[in-house]
Amino acid sequence: MDPILVLAQALNGLQFGIMLFLMAAGLTLVFGIMNLINLAHGSFYMVGAYVAAATFQATKSFLLAVIGGTGAGAAVGILVEVVVFRRLYARDHLDQVLATFGLILFFNEAVRMIWGSTALYATVPHFLAGQVDILPGVPYPAYRLAIIVVGLVVAALLYLVITHTRIGMLIRAGASNRVMAGALGVNVRLLYTLVFGLGAGLAALAGLMAGPIFTVESGMGEHVLILTFVVIVIGGIGSIRGAFVAALLVGFVDTMGRAFLRPLLATVMTASAADDAGPALASVLIYLLMATVLFVRPRGLFPPRTR
Amino acid sequence: MRWRNLSPRALATVAVLAGLAIVPPLALLTGATFYIDVFTRIMIFGIAALSLDLILGYGGMVSFGHAAYLGIGAYAVGILAFYGIHDGFLQFGTAILASALAALFIGFVSLRTSGVYFIMITLAFAQMIYFLSVSLNTYGGDNGLNIDRHSDFAGLLDLDHANTLYYLVFAILVFCLCLGRRLVDSRFGMVIRGARSNERRMSAIGFPVLRYKLTAFAIAGVMCGVAGALLANQQLFVAPAIMEWTRSGEILMMVILGGMGTLIGPIVGAVAFLALETVLADLTEHWQIIMGPILVLVVLFGRGGIFGLLSRWRFARHRG
Amino acid sequence: MAEPLLSVTELFKHFGGVVATDNVSLSIAEGELHAIIGPNGAGKTTLIAQLMGELRPDHGSIRLGGGDVTWLPSHRRSRSGMGRSFQITSIFPDFTVLENVALAVQAHAGHSFRFWRSARTDPALQEPARAILERVGLAIRADVPAAVLAHGEKRLLEIAIALATRPRLLLLDEPMAGMGPEDAARMVAFLKRLKGAVTLLLVEHDMDAVFALADRITVLVYGRVIASGPPEMIRADTDVRKAYLGDDEVP
Repeated sequence: MDPILVLAQALNGLQFGIMLFLMAAGLTLVFGIMNLINLAHGSFYMVGAYVAAATFQATKSFLLAVIGGTGAGAAVGILVEVVVFRRLYARDHLDQVLATFGLILFFNEAVRMIWGSTALYATVPHFLAGQVDILPGVPYPAYRLAIIVVGLVVAALLYLVITHTRIGMLIRAGASNRVMAGALGVNVRLLYTLVFGLGAGLAALAGLMAGPIFTVESGMGEHVLILTFVVIVIGGIGSIRGAFVAALLVGFVDTMGRAFLRPLLATVMTASAADDAGPALASVLIYLLMATVLFVRPRGLFPPRTR
Repeated sequence: MRWRNLSPRALATVAVLAGLAIVPPLALLTGATFYIDVFTRIMIFGIAALSLDLILGYGGMVSFGHAAYLGIGAYAVGILAFYGIHDGFLQFGTAILASALAALFIGFVSLRTSGVYFIMITLAFAQMIYFLSVSLNTYGGDNGLNIDRHSDFAGLLDLDHANTLYYLVFAILVFCLCLGRRLVDSRFGMVIRGARSNERRMSAIGFPVLRYKLTAFAIAGVMCGVAGALLANQQLFVAPAIMEWTRSGEILMMVILGGMGTLIGPIVGAVAFLALETVLADLTEHWQIIMGPILVLVVLFGRGGIFGLLSRWRFARHRG
Repeated sequence: MAEPLLSVTELFKHFGGVVATDNVSLSIAEGELHAIIGPNGAGKTTLIAQLMGELRPDHGSIRLGGGDVTWLPSHRRSRSGMGRSFQITSIFPDFTVLENVALAVQAHAGHSFRFWRSARTDPALQEPARAILERVGLAIRADVPAAVLAHGEKRLLEIAIALATRPRLLLLDEPMAGMGPEDAARMVAFLKRLKGAVTLLLVEHDMDAVFALADRITVLVYGRVIASGPPEMIRADTDVRKAYLGDDEVP
């Protein structure tokens, strides 16, 4: 197998993993702190992609598209938090799952009504359209490289904020004991809204970056959402560190699986059998990974200490 | 009048079953015979929702992958039909066996977890089965598989007639309802309900809870698998879309909408949900934008679903 | 001397750097009422969790009636004859009082893979359950949903459930928790009646009750046994007075 191809796919896996991390960070924060399962998290991803693509088409400015997309995602997140989620914090997980399921239907239809049923076209901005030599003689798309860089920067910033700032301390306090934090004068309501907005913004960022690579269409959030849940479950719900490790793991395994399982299987079975088995196994690989992890560690790889 | 003495649940059961029983003659009278088909489908989902209520409403197990069994049952019929095997007993038998095995395996892995992990892992397994069926190109893959003939039960039933299929589904629905009723009051049912109420104490008093939960999980899976086999007969078509995760969410909604933990509630929920969907879809192609918020409102404000509403209303009337 | 019913030998449990159970040994004879006392944080809860199979000890052994139960999970321990009531009431709120006890009876009446006959009308479950309710004095509340019981009644139900499993050793974790003086006196009277019929291991803070009921007392401080013996001996022990009782509190 061509080592350059392997390297390229490995980097693709890293890039996919980074995007999953951006999604997972918000989701796991919200669950860890507010004990809320939000199935509509994929909708923020979708909103980010749509608004960014539409903004870019209108203004031809990549910067405006990024700001627009991320801002829209965060704004929608905050709006939904105030209107719906505030009433869900005290409810059990089943209610949260079902209510957010209703939200998915709403958002999917809303984008169809605003932008039509056909996919929206999102382009890679000019200055990132080419290829970069990561090693002498090894080209790699600049855009994907940029995603990796942005993702790592965001991850580092998130880490710094959570562990070294006052806000981060408040977040961690809210996570470990909401009632006490409230009693100590922390405006827990505002904190929750901010955390929610942050998570939604991160998801929107992932969505707008994904736009040029995948298609911008109604329902695009759901596929990523399920993978995101797989990530936070493997990583340990509520743990950002777990989300990071699991996201890279899942991104890597999924991408490499899709790229190399079919040719690998073709060495031990007929080509047509491998044509069926390869993609089948590749789709299922991530879930097998999750089932295995949960079998050995029913609470994920890095479960945060319970309150 | 003696009707006042019956519990709300018994009244509702009689009303719903009586209503369902007269749909075919009614449809014939009014000339709107397509309703027979509509209600066949509603009853099939009623069975699926009922099976979920057994483990959810009574057992507290929030399975977000229940549609997988619908798909397994349907594909059992579809795949056998593909190979020219149209014997109903064989097809349904395979559906039952396949659902049981799948449920036992999925349950064995999933029931080691709890809470949101359980929800996620059941969802993941359903996704696995979904993707597996998408990749099986021999059986149509994403496009699905047509079935050219109904299941043949040794010539005893001619399922080509809409009425016959209708009453077969109706009979199975009634059977499942009776079975469910006996199950929840039996010793087995008490263990499942006790585990939902206080699992820690159940272990402390000596129950090996896991094996009972697993059994309940399998029973629910088999019941849903039978519904799937019936669905294959109703549609004469199977596709991976039967087990999309959104479908699992819809079955959950039916249970909640109707009132979980009542057995008859989920059937009412199936009627209400599918009726609502049909009405809204007729109104506008953008029906989901109305359906979504309705679901949210039901969850936020509808305690106990339709059934809870009816019980409170009846209770209020008695006091007033 | 007859073989003790419960024999705990050098039990040790630590969490990270904290030693919760430090080389604890004790033995309880059949028919005895043995009390364990100690200040908060003494490791009583951890000890009970290990005795009942909710926690695995790091070292040591637990033997019941000659059989080693150290590694048995909770439900197997119950089957071996150990029953317990919880400090924080742990009943089945969705069921009636009678159903609560009937469930416990059912747990020890063979397997429960019976799918057809109603458990609610099964005399094999209902009769023993009613008898237990008579014994604890809750018979008149049999058909009341457990969730609406008064606190004192819930504590009685708590014990009734454990009794229904016909244990050889019954572990009572602060049965008088949160009780006013009237309820507490009733509970003491009840436990006096229970004495002798079942071997009892009582964990309690209520010193009046402890000294009124116990045949022998073990004192736990910081996970270690600092004294063990009949009440008069404990009362007189200076270490115990210093660590726990306080000179002015001796009943």
